[in-house]
Parts: sequence; structure tokens; C-alpha cells
Amino acid sequence: MHERVAIVGIGCTGFRSITPEQSYKEMVYEAAMRAYTDAGVDPRRDVDSFITVAEDFHEGTSIFDEYTPDQIGGALKSVHTITGDGLHGIASAYMLIRTGQFDVVAVEGHSKASNIKTLPEVTAYAQDPILNRPLKLNSHFIAGLEMNRYLFESGSTPEQCAAVVVKNKFNALKNPAAAYAADLTIEDVLTGPPLSWPLGVRETAEHADGAIVMVLASEEKASSLTDKPIWILGTGWSNDSPSLEYRDWAHAIYTEVAARIAYRQAGINNPLEAVDIAEIDDTYAYKELQALEALGFCREGEAGILTTEGFTSPESGLPVNVSGGSLGMGNLLDANGLARAYEIALQLRGEAGLRQVEDVSIGLAQSWRGVPTTSGAVLILAN
Amino acid sequence: MGMRKVAVVGAGMTKFVRRAQETAKELTWEAAHMALDTCEMTMDDIEAVCFGTAPDAFDGVHFNGEYVSDGAGAWRKPYMRSYVGGGTGVFVPIQGWYHIASGLFDVVLVVAEEKMSSYYPHAQAAFMTIFDHTTERPLKPNLLWIFAMEMNRYMTTYGISKADIAQVAVQHKRNAANHPCALLGDANITLDDILNSEVLAWPVQRFDVSPVSDGAVAVVLAAEHIAKRITDKPVWIEGVGWHLDTSYWTNRDLAYPRYVEYAARMAYDMAGIKEPRKEINIAEPYDPFDYKALHHLEGLQLAERGKAAELYSNGTASRTGNMPICPSGGLLGVGNPIAAAGLMKIAELFWQLRGEAGARQVPGQPEHGLAQAWGDLMQVGTVVIMGR
Repeated sequence: MHERVAIVGIGCTGFRSITPEQSYKEMVYEAAMRAYTDAGVDPRRDVDSFITVAEDFHEGTSIFDEYTPDQIGGALKSVHTITGDGLHGIASAYMLIRTGQFDVVAVEGHSKASNIKTLPEVTAYAQDPILNRPLKLNSHFIAGLEMNRYLFESGSTPEQCAAVVVKNKFNALKNPAAAYAADLTIEDVLTGPPLSWPLGVRETAEHADGAIVMVLASEEKASSLTDKPIWILGTGWSNDSPSLEYRDWAHAIYTEVAARIAYRQAGINNPLEAVDIAEIDDTYAYKELQALEALGFCREGEAGILTTEGFTSPESGLPVNVSGGSLGMGNLLDANGLARAYEIALQLRGEAGLRQVEDVSIGLAQSWRGVPTTSGAVLILAN
Repeated sequence: MGMRKVAVVGAGMTKFVRRAQETAKELTWEAAHMALDTCEMTMDDIEAVCFGTAPDAFDGVHFNGEYVSDGAGAWRKPYMRSYVGGGTGVFVPIQGWYHIASGLFDVVLVVAEEKMSSYYPHAQAAFMTIFDHTTERPLKPNLLWIFAMEMNRYMTTYGISKADIAQVAVQHKRNAANHPCALLGDANITLDDILNSEVLAWPVQRFDVSPVSDGAVAVVLAAEHIAKRITDKPVWIEGVGWHLDTSYWTNRDLAYPRYVEYAARMAYDMAGIKEPRKEINIAEPYDPFDYKALHHLEGLQLAERGKAAELYSNGTASRTGNMPICPSGGLLGVGNPIAAAGLMKIAELFWQLRGEAGARQVPGQPEHGLAQAWGDLMQVGTVVIMGR
């Protein structure tokens, strides 16, 4: 059994609102080559197993795992697909290596959202076909309901949610890979067009195209491959009720459970003290506040206050989404969690360029799979 | 440090039927509940859930894994759905195995479910969307056609006759007559019945093909220290393997499944099996078509290339033979709810190796069994080796 596992190579391509000149296979190939070059591995010789994350309806192909092996160098090798977020993929790779049967495992996730002509309709097809689909609920409408409930129970305000947008889009100005950077004011966000009250268009991440590949290795292998291994301290994932009728609408319990598992593995009792930097799901601005509370960084109702006080800004108490998050970089469908983990890996390596945060040694990435799921994952990394 | 040992400690399955009245969630719940009952556990004992089902298109539900999650018991628990097309049924227990072998979990529930009848009038149309959107879909290919090509290639390469292949269907459907969950068990079926059935796409005839079905299967996996506490007859997962070939199936040699060979070698290595033909006592190769069982036995190194049919004609494959093949009745007899059918083979090995297979029990206290599934564009092999 291999006890410790590290991320030894990372590569990405994107992120842009449209990529008409590239197919998803070309994007994935580009990201994979960067990750393999970064790790100094030959995928045909050195990588023991490959994991991809994808959903059929996002790809427009049934049994999409058929189309995953060639562009990552995995043809006629051990490859499997998880219909989950990229962080579920990382968790699977982590488990595979820990069994002791695998030394090097690659994880791939991508988004070609611009290819999907009817994304709102596709997303709505995730709702219960018997109870919910006849109501013709748009996914953003469900998010609006959830935001309303969260604001009501936590006492948070629309202004505090808007502050998340201002912070993340501003952070994205220093991220050359971010597609949706902007310098906005809280007023700009609140006076933007409404989407599903109290949720506004500017509080919703636009979709982007891109691909991310990561290479993980056992401790022994990692030490021969890199002098900057990024260690996995803990990983947790969880689902809550898929039913819209029976779930808790105010609290991200799936994130609470996932975090509890990850903190236990990492030996973290006080997350605010232990974690130096976090990348958190912000596909809707209120989700960042809800997740900060679920992750135990503060009590219910405090995340909004901390955000308006600047506690989650770069060079502050707990920098959150220094990359720009999904609001700044774009919503990458199944690759969202990988984008969050990618930024943490860059920061822990000290390779984040203009947006590098000083003195970071433990980082946390968290993801949510979007409406109508209650599926989330947490990954804790250290340099 | 050695590898953590993982055992199957409980199994349950629903009847495989053409059109289930239950929803996907209900089927899943039934199988999960039965599996837990057989090892006297409840969901409180389960630390994580692994789920398998084939394409979302069958159910017409995006994020189908998320939708079915509560049926599988994945409420406020770690939950993942893995996916390798038709190979999924034997892959989900592999996923459960790595959950436990990693040391992160001790008890995992593995569930596979398929409800193909939701796709109306026939699930075959869903398979239209598995092909490459640019190079293949315009040709409107049908799964039966591409397997007819593969069957033809296999017969031509080795000079195998239709009658050689039809023996497989006869034996599997007869075996299934003893399976209480089977859809197409028939103790009296004959070679002529197979050879005279309706031609679908030459050389594939109706009885060469497994039926479209609905059903679910679940197994409970546990780490060694837990398994030994729960049962005195744990069945160990001794080796696992999986390989996925290129998407460009038209470039592949269709006469021989190299991806199955590689998956098998990976599993044999892990299980320490050097001479599979001597050491594997029961084989459950994937048999959605009768020729596929032969094709896979060759890939699994359990028969020489082009010679697998001899195992059937000389009696080796029969339930009382030296290496019983698909004593369950396989997909041809029990039914083919895709992901559930693969996991059914794991459940069968669990019952056979414990001596609990009732009328289907093979004689001689088998030590090691092998289950295999296959899928995608004639592309993936998944293999699990289990032992007492």
C-alpha cells in the first residue's frame, strides 16, 4: 500500500467562451501533453491508469467513455470514466494509487460547453422526470429558490453575494487564463439584469471551454519525478438527497459531509487555522458563501460579513478564489473541481505569477456538480 | 506493506424482466436491500456507495447517477458512479475494491441497475447515439450490424460454423432454467431452435442475442477484518483488471479481443494466477451474443484462439464439466440489463464459491472463479477474479 500520494504534473488549455478552431479531443490532447511534460512522464510507458470525468448529455454522445482514451495516451491501457466532478476523478486516482497496485495515474476533465446548443434544456433534463419535469423548471430558477432560502435562513444579503462577484471577477484580472475578468462595483452587480430573483445574471458564472489534466504519483515515484510534489492530505465527497422536495435548501450538507471526511484524513480540527488558501465553487455567487459555512470556516450567516470585510480577498485572512473562481474563469461543467485544484496546485508551487499568495502551505479545493444535484467534493493539498 | 484484502460478503438481485413495473430507483433499492439483508447489515453500516448504469439515454435523465443515488442508499454518504459502457457491471465492483483496498473505507455497497424498457419502443435506438458523430452516425449503424460484422470476422478467421456457436446459446439458456431471476431460461431448448430463429443481421439470429431487460444487482464489499466478523465464508476479490482500446474500432482486428487479454493478464498478475486454464474453476465470460462468450474465453486465455467452441462440444463448459462456463445462464439466459448483467456474474461467483447456488451449484467445491464484461465500441474488457 502507498500511504502518500502527490500531484506531480498539471496541464490545462483554455479557458474561453468559444473555441471554434479546436475539438474537445484537441483541447484534451493539449492539456494532457502539458501535464505529461510538466511531470516528465511518457503516458504510453509511465502512466499505469487513466481516469476521465464526463457526462453523456454534456458530450452529446452515449457511453462517452468510448471517446476518452486516444487523446490522453490511454488507448489499450487501463482507463475508466467517472460521471462526476473532476475532484471525484482525483479522489479515484488517489484511491487507485493507495491500493499499491498503481504508481502513476492521470486524471482528465474538460468542458466544451460552447458545443451544446441547448444547455438549459439539457441541464433541466437532470430533474426528476416524473415529479419535476412537468413543471418545466429552468435550472437557474431552482438556484434562485435555493439562494432565497439560503439568504432567509442565514441572514445573508444580496449585497454580500454581490461582493463575491466583485472580488472574484477582480481577482480574475490577474489570471491570464480567465475568460470573464471584470472590474465591477457591488452596485453594478445588483443593478444588472435579474435571472431568477434574488439571483441576478451577473451572479451566475458563464460557461467556458477548456481542459485540465493532472498526473498523480505514489510517494516513491513522486520523489523521482519532481522536486515540487503537491501532497494530497485528504479528500472527501458526498451526496445529499437528489429530491427537490426533501432536501435541505439552506445548507450544503453534502459539502459538510465531504469536508468532515477530508479534514479527518488530513488531521485538521480547525480549518480556518490550518488552511491558507481556498478555491470554492462559485458557479452562483451565493454558493461561495454557503460553501464557506459548510466547510466550517465560519458559522452560519458569517460568510457574507467576512466577504464584505475583505477577509476572503487575496493577501487577507483566507484568500478565496484568487484565480477568479468560476465567476471569473467560467463554468467548466465537469471540470470545475479540477480548475479549483489546478489553482491550489499552482499557488502551493509558487507558480501563480501576479496573483501568487505569500506563505501558503495548505490549500483546499471544493466543488459542486450544479443544479439539481446535491453532490460535492473536497480536496486538501499541501506543498 | 501488502495489499488490503477485500471480500464480497453479501449479494442480492431482482428478477430480470423485459419491462419492470418498478422505476430505476425502486429496482436499485430492492437489490441493495436484498444484498444488505443477506449479510445482516443496514445502510448505517455502509460507508460509501458505488453505482453503475449504462448510458443516460435509456432513462432519458441527465446526471442519471445523481438521480438514482437515493435508491442506492447514497444519502449523505460518499457516492460515485463509474462507467465503461457494457463493461460497467464488472467495473463497479472493481471501483468498490479500490475504495476499500485504498484504506479509506471498510464497507462499501456496490449497486448496478439498468432499466432499458423506459426507452420506447426499443432500447436499440438509444445505441444510435454511441457512434462517432462525424464518421459513423450518418451511416445510421445498428449495434446488431456491427456485432454481425465481428461475428462474421470471427467465424471466417477460424473457420467456425454457426452450429459451433449456437451450442453456447443452448447451454446458457438451459443453465438459466435453474435461475429464479432468469428471463429466458429454457431446459428444453435445442440447437435447431437457435439455428432456425429469425435472422436479424446475418449471421446474427434472434436466439444468438441476449434480451433487452430491466433489473438490478447489488453486492456488499468489506475489508478483511470486517468480512471475517460478518461471515465465515467471505469470497475474496483476488485480482482485478480493465483495459480500454482506441475509439477507432474500425482499425481493430475484430477476430481477437486484445483488450480482454490485457485486462485478464492484469487480473491474473494481481491474483498470482500463472496457469488460468488449470486454476480458474468457474468462468462467467460476458455473453450478450453467443459468439462473444467464445471470443472472450480466447481473450481470457481460457482457450486457444479459434478453439473455444471445443470447450462446449467436449463438455468442459457444462455445469458438471472441468471448467463450467456461465453456470448462471449468462446474459443469454438470465437476461441483459447491461450494467446489472455484469454484476450478476459477480453475484453468481459469490454464490457458487460459497456453495449456495442451489440447483445451479457446480460440483467439486470450486476455488477460483472469473467474471468478465465487455463493452463500448468492441473496446473494453473488465475482469474480476474471486476466490474462497
